[in-house]
Amino acid sequence: MNVWKSIKIKRSFRQIKMEKFFKGSLVLIALSILVLVIAFLFTLIVQSLPSIKALGISFLFGKTWDPVANVYGTYPFLLGTLLTSFLALLISIPFSFSIAIFLGEYYPRGWFSEFLKNSIDLIAAVPSVIYGFWGLFVLAPLVRSLELKLGVTPYGIGIFTSALILAIMIIPYAASLGREMIRMVPSSLKEAAYSLGATRFEVIRNVILPYSKSGLFAGVLLSLGRALGETMAVTMVIGNTSIIPKSIFDPGNTMASVIANEFTEAASSLYLSSLIELGLVLFLVTVIINLIGKRIIKRFTAD
Amino acid sequence: MKIKSKIKSAIVAALALAVTGSITPGCNGNSGKESSSDSTSSTTSTNGDDKTLLGAGSTFVYPLFSKQFSEYNKLNGLKINYQSIGSGGGILQLTNKTVDFGDSDAPLTEEQAQKMGVPALHIPMCSGAVVISYNLPEVKDTLKLNPEVLADIFLGKITKWNDAKISAINTGVKLPATAIVIAHRSDGSGTTNIFTDYLSKINDEWKTKVGKGTAVNWPQGLGGKGNEGVAGLVKQTPGGIGYIELAYAIQNKMSFAKIQNKSGNYITPDIASTSAASNVQLPADSKIFLGNTDAANGYPISGFTWALIYKEQNYSSRSQERAQNLVKLLSWNIHDGQQYCEGLHYAPLSPAAVSIAEAILKSATFDGKPIL
Repeated sequence: MNVWKSIKIKRSFRQIKMEKFFKGSLVLIALSILVLVIAFLFTLIVQSLPSIKALGISFLFGKTWDPVANVYGTYPFLLGTLLTSFLALLISIPFSFSIAIFLGEYYPRGWFSEFLKNSIDLIAAVPSVIYGFWGLFVLAPLVRSLELKLGVTPYGIGIFTSALILAIMIIPYAASLGREMIRMVPSSLKEAAYSLGATRFEVIRNVILPYSKSGLFAGVLLSLGRALGETMAVTMVIGNTSIIPKSIFDPGNTMASVIANEFTEAASSLYLSSLIELGLVLFLVTVIINLIGKRIIKRFTAD
Repeated sequence: MKIKSKIKSAIVAALALAVTGSITPGCNGNSGKESSSDSTSSTTSTNGDDKTLLGAGSTFVYPLFSKQFSEYNKLNGLKINYQSIGSGGGILQLTNKTVDFGDSDAPLTEEQAQKMGVPALHIPMCSGAVVISYNLPEVKDTLKLNPEVLADIFLGKITKWNDAKISAINTGVKLPATAIVIAHRSDGSGTTNIFTDYLSKINDEWKTKVGKGTAVNWPQGLGGKGNEGVAGLVKQTPGGIGYIELAYAIQNKMSFAKIQNKSGNYITPDIASTSAASNVQLPADSKIFLGNTDAANGYPISGFTWALIYKEQNYSSRSQERAQNLVKLLSWNIHDGQQYCEGLHYAPLSPAAVSIAEAILKSATFDGKPIL
């Protein structure tokens, strides 16, 4: 009896020890990510101090980016980033939601469904520089002929072309997440609706979409994050000009592509610091958009 | 409890480490660079391998350097590791003393020279031309452009190819009414520096409105990344015009314009006319932009690329042998090494440039004594 008791005590003590160790290491790893993000922000702020001091608020609203005269204003790039990302989102949403519903509800199993699912996931795996080349050599001439028909200056590249490329690149993010969400809708709910005489479309509209909307929106948010930060593909087809675009067919520039383009040869320290501040602004824009998105998701689920 | 407190203290320690780690390089922005120079200078000296030299800088000169260095390796067994990270990066690495030499397509600016603290020598390695490429499928003859027209195009004052100013200098050529679409580099680049320096020299409006630099605020046009980006834009857009490195334009069989030089001659950009551009009275330190050259047969838009080394070679406990290897290598580059230029479409140094380069190399010292 006594021996058994002591073994049992020993065992449970070891188990507790293990539990605590496991929990502790999880906390440590989670915290280290937090520390990393804070360190990013901190480094960005410190390195952009010279330009914050020299330019102040005019950095955000200035319309000229002139490295020769040391005048830096990010307004055109801020506009370019937001314009390309939201336009891309607008184009991609019908596609990604359709794919999600198709694969989640109509054909959840079978070889065709698997094939389609894998090909869509592959879209996310293609390196962005390949999208850039494809955009420059295939999409740009197509857009140019469209522009000729519309009667705008036929640049072929610009905000619209970048948004198209981005839209293709971000489809899989919202589609994959949406598909998983739709598959998670309890079949009891769906069957109840069917038994009441609902058609398939009515089930999708009144049961599946309301049930999975927070997940669908989270997927959209994920795609938006990807679109905001995309650099290589955009820089190849956006036209890289710091003139403020007047229409969506005009060339423009985004914050990420300015950084990628100009960082290597930025000679003066104010120039370098301004580019880092541009990174800081991009960081903050992403954070703000994410926070707004989180609020919206919260409101969705609270309903 | 014991374990919990242990974990707690571990977390605290990790946090402290992470925070201090992130603060120290951040807080003293500049000294971060200096501390890296300490660690790396020790690597250059402690690796003790004086048979390997390190260089970094211009991407423009990279194909030539690879060829020259591999040939030199066959002759002398000296290994040279050159990273083509861009002129700005090369200058930064030399400032940090992580490389033996840098290479830049522009002379050091005052700010850069000040950061270096000690005098650095500029040794011209070769020169390159920037050509004006255009896309007019209807036009079979080579287009001629003069400085005034060129500047007006890039300022956005001439917007159609059949503008009277262009037809006036291209008599007999039937020009289409196509709109001009300008393509420029979107990345910071020595090519842009050479081209905008030329425009600033020949046009006052350009000088005051735009100026010169590796990246400028373009009044007009689309930006493409790298020579291939600009070339792609020009090739794709009917009516496109852009500036590209000579070597790239030749290799890709692009059409480019003859440009009128200071003496009034229309010059086709090629290796001979680019070399000729540097065959003029050069300053003793060779720090000159060759744009708008005085040479009568010289192509007006060209520039040197310079290898950069410290004048006093005894720093961070370098060996004399290392310094000697470096100076000898550069001396070979400007003499025997020049034979590899033409095959790769670089313009070899003109006789005037070689003699200046040699004089500059001879001024390099080790402990105050000349090396060559």
